[in-house]
Amino acid sequence: MVDLIAKTPMDGFVPLTLGNVTLSEMTAGPITSVSPFNDTGKDLSAALKAAHGMTVPAANRSTGKASARAIWFGREQFILMGCEADQGLENYAALTDQSDGWTIVELKGAGAADVLARVTPLDLRSHVFKKGHTARSDLMHMASSITRTGDNTFLIMVFRSMAGTLLHDLQRAMEGVASRG
Amino acid sequence: MRLPCPICGERDIREFYYQGADVALNRPAPDAGDDAWQDYVYLRDNQPGEHRDLWQHESGCGSWIVVSRNTVTHEVSGAKLAKEIKRAKA
Repeated sequence: MVDLIAKTPMDGFVPLTLGNVTLSEMTAGPITSVSPFNDTGKDLSAALKAAHGMTVPAANRSTGKASARAIWFGREQFILMGCEADQGLENYAALTDQSDGWTIVELKGAGAADVLARVTPLDLRSHVFKKGHTARSDLMHMASSITRTGDNTFLIMVFRSMAGTLLHDLQRAMEGVASRG
Repeated sequence: MRLPCPICGERDIREFYYQGADVALNRPAPDAGDDAWQDYVYLRDNQPGEHRDLWQHESGCGSWIVVSRNTVTHEVSGAKLAKEIKRAKA
């Protein structure tokens, strides 16, 4: 029997610091996409609260903590990451396992928003895009999910197959900000 | 150019895909006849002024929206979810 080794999407990537911004790969554990069966999602929110201690995120918002989060992921859909989804949720929503499907990185530091501003059209100003806010948007030419998890910290997700492109684009942007501000 | 997505708020045009006039929301019945279908598929008024176009917030929430814009002043006056417009007609 072959002994299989799980590799992260950016396998072997050591955190990269350029200027005052650091890029690190994050491992989220299980990722489950959740699509409520009905528009209100009230039953689902109660079940999610009971099972995982967080509510269903409103559009463009995230709930939970660093260990386990619920991140809005599009129209009538969010992802639950960091914990195995409780099977009871299946009564209220369609669950799909997406573990290992996403590249997840954290961009942290005083210039993190400046770096992101070079690759996404989102308005990232701190009074508009606050802690806990999330958005689906373009990151260069990739579909991405961007969440502000702290004053100068962003969680960025792209498809697993885009790990190399994500690193290339973010590193270019980090170099630009580090050299020119 | 920025478009007001009813779900995500004002976003850059790069996030949107343009489909065309909102005629697709007024699809004739299958047996409506050749004239109705000819009109639906090919004929557009193309008047200057207020236009209603279908856009999809492709890299955002994924919603199809109907954006009202003025082709003379370039003003974007609003946007609604196509789903809600369609449901209101039903």
